Amino acid sequence: MVEELLNRFAQFSIYKSSFNNVMGTILEVKNLAMDFGGLRALDNLDLDVKNGEIVALIGPNGSGKTTFFNCVTGIYTPTEGDIRDSQHGKNRRLSSINGLRPNLVTKKGLARTFQNIRLFSNMSVLENVMIGRHCRTRSGIAGAVFRNRATKEEEQKIVDDSYEVLKKIGLADYVNELAVNLPYGAQRRLEIARAMATEPFMLLLDEPAAGMNIRETKELDELILRIRENEGISILMIEHDMKLVMSLSDRIYVMDYGRKIADGTPEQIKNDPVVIKAYLGKEPDA
Amino acid sequence: MTNLKEIQRSLLVSLWFMFLTFPIMVIRVNPLEKVVIWRWYNMLYVGIGSFLLSFVWRYFIRQKELGKKKNETDGQKSFSLSRRAVDDPRAYIPLLSAVACFTIAFPFIFSMYQTNIMITVLIYVMLGLGLNIVVGLAGLLDLGYVAFYAVGAYTYALLNFHYGLGFWTVLPIGAALGALFGILLGFPVLRLRGDYLAIVTLGFGEIIRLILENWNEFSQGPSGIANISKPGFFGIHLSLQNSTIYIYFIMVGLTLFTILVVNRLQNSRIGRAWIALREDEVACQAMGIDKRKTKLTAFALGATWAGMAGVVFAAKTTFINPASFTILESIVILCIVVLGGMGSITGVIAGALVLILLPEYLRAFSEYRLLIFGTMLVIMMVFRPGGIIENVRRTYEFELKEGKELKNED
Repeated sequence: MVEELLNRFAQFSIYKSSFNNVMGTILEVKNLAMDFGGLRALDNLDLDVKNGEIVALIGPNGSGKTTFFNCVTGIYTPTEGDIRDSQHGKNRRLSSINGLRPNLVTKKGLARTFQNIRLFSNMSVLENVMIGRHCRTRSGIAGAVFRNRATKEEEQKIVDDSYEVLKKIGLADYVNELAVNLPYGAQRRLEIARAMATEPFMLLLDEPAAGMNIRETKELDELILRIRENEGISILMIEHDMKLVMSLSDRIYVMDYGRKIADGTPEQIKNDPVVIKAYLGKEPDA
Repeated sequence: MTNLKEIQRSLLVSLWFMFLTFPIMVIRVNPLEKVVIWRWYNMLYVGIGSFLLSFVWRYFIRQKELGKKKNETDGQKSFSLSRRAVDDPRAYIPLLSAVACFTIAFPFIFSMYQTNIMITVLIYVMLGLGLNIVVGLAGLLDLGYVAFYAVGAYTYALLNFHYGLGFWTVLPIGAALGALFGILLGFPVLRLRGDYLAIVTLGFGEIIRLILENWNEFSQGPSGIANISKPGFFGIHLSLQNSTIYIYFIMVGLTLFTILVVNRLQNSRIGRAWIALREDEVACQAMGIDKRKTKLTAFALGATWAGMAGVVFAAKTTFINPASFTILESIVILCIVVLGGMGSITGVIAGALVLILLPEYLRAFSEYRLLIFGTMLVIMMVFRPGGIIENVRRTYEFELKEGKELKNED
């Protein structure tokens, strides 16, 4: 009994110290490991994102980047380790999101996009974004059937808010278009818009520039910066386009075989021999 | 040049058909006189028929592809007739009032037999709309939907038999029990999707039917329950004809109620969540929608209508037994939804009209019923995969608001 109390107290003080030490940290991952049967896809991974940062996660194919995303967003439950995030970006105290269901993770303020576009193809662009508003609204079955004033107002607000988001992302012209009919680059942006509609404090973008041409990539570059500057949303992204990564990110994490092999500013990463070896497969001076 | 090729192709098709149907269409053995009759004229018919049909078939396929191309180039300008009827108030108000007049006048113009058929149609409209929530909106393939129908019917039959409860008391109880069984089925299948879900729901439907068939003490087994009372009308005893008309109007009311509720649900926050669930389960969850809750509400709300329809069915026939709730019923309801148009309310109504009325009026061809069903489904899936009346996504107008905002900014 006493022991338990002491334990609690100790835990509390640890939290408190972390609260003091990592001021501004909004996502903290410690010793994360993920096993698929006998395969260790992630091993002893540490990562943190501070408020307002753009952090990139790079690494060769199959190094576990998307698995990491899936662990953070609750699609997988990590085998070991701890993922903690702040309460919707406001409260600096971190709380664990390990094994939380994906919808609850999103509700806490971590929204993601997918590597292979996963839009609701047969819904209109606006409706796609309106789905994003789902977790911030509350009208239920009774409201839908009786259509009382509160429900009507909420519905109108969902439409208005969603349209605002679309305007910000620059998709307002497509409002009533079916998502599946959008050009590729616009579909990628719609995924970001949909994620933004959930009012996140942090966006997790899984290869946002994949398959985009140079012009579209440039637009995306500006869009991501704009999201950070105007909305104050931090960004963690997986990306293979090195030009985009180097120009955008404040810090970069490099992964290989499920482990973190380096982290630091773009300059540091560019010149890191370990990173070069992982990518090119040989000693830089050989 | 192309024509010659077309003729060649059709010739090939007809040759194949002649060859394939040769044993059944041409040869006939007369075992009494021990002779073989060669009916070569049949081969001629098959040949000419398949030749012409393949021509027509390919003509329509080409038309469809032309239409698709035209749509792509024109954008969304080309509106189909059905869509215009939905969009334009000048078209749908007279249409709607005509339908309303016809519906009200129907039992007084036509015979009791016709009215009874119409009641059946309306019951199936209700069932279709209920299943539409589960299959059309939420995209959960439910092959055991008839189980909830049975739950509703047996609720009324048993409560009436044992406790003498009336129709109006049992109607909400039937609906609630339907919803409860919907949730009961929903829980175990939360993690399943696609084929696996279909198989489990199929099993569920069969379990309910087998329980009703074998648990004699509870449901009186295959002999069923007879003498279920018809709906009371303020304690007045109605003649058979009047009570049929009465049930007809109850069903019209219930159907309108269903349409209203389903329509509102469809255009609500929950309705959107269902559609998102159908489109992409993973993305839907990642966007903050509680998958479990959404699935359970879909199952529960879908089953509610089946429960109610079941109560009416028991009241209409006054006799039920498990034979009315076979897997074939589930399939028919599913066909109504798919053929009518997934997610489209008008589509489901059209589907129910076609699939229930056709077999009734084509009794002369009743042997070929399933054949016609199958052919119709194949033709529909090829030419109109979205159903008779496709669901049209709701559009939102923003021009006005834009103007206002611009003014504000200026």
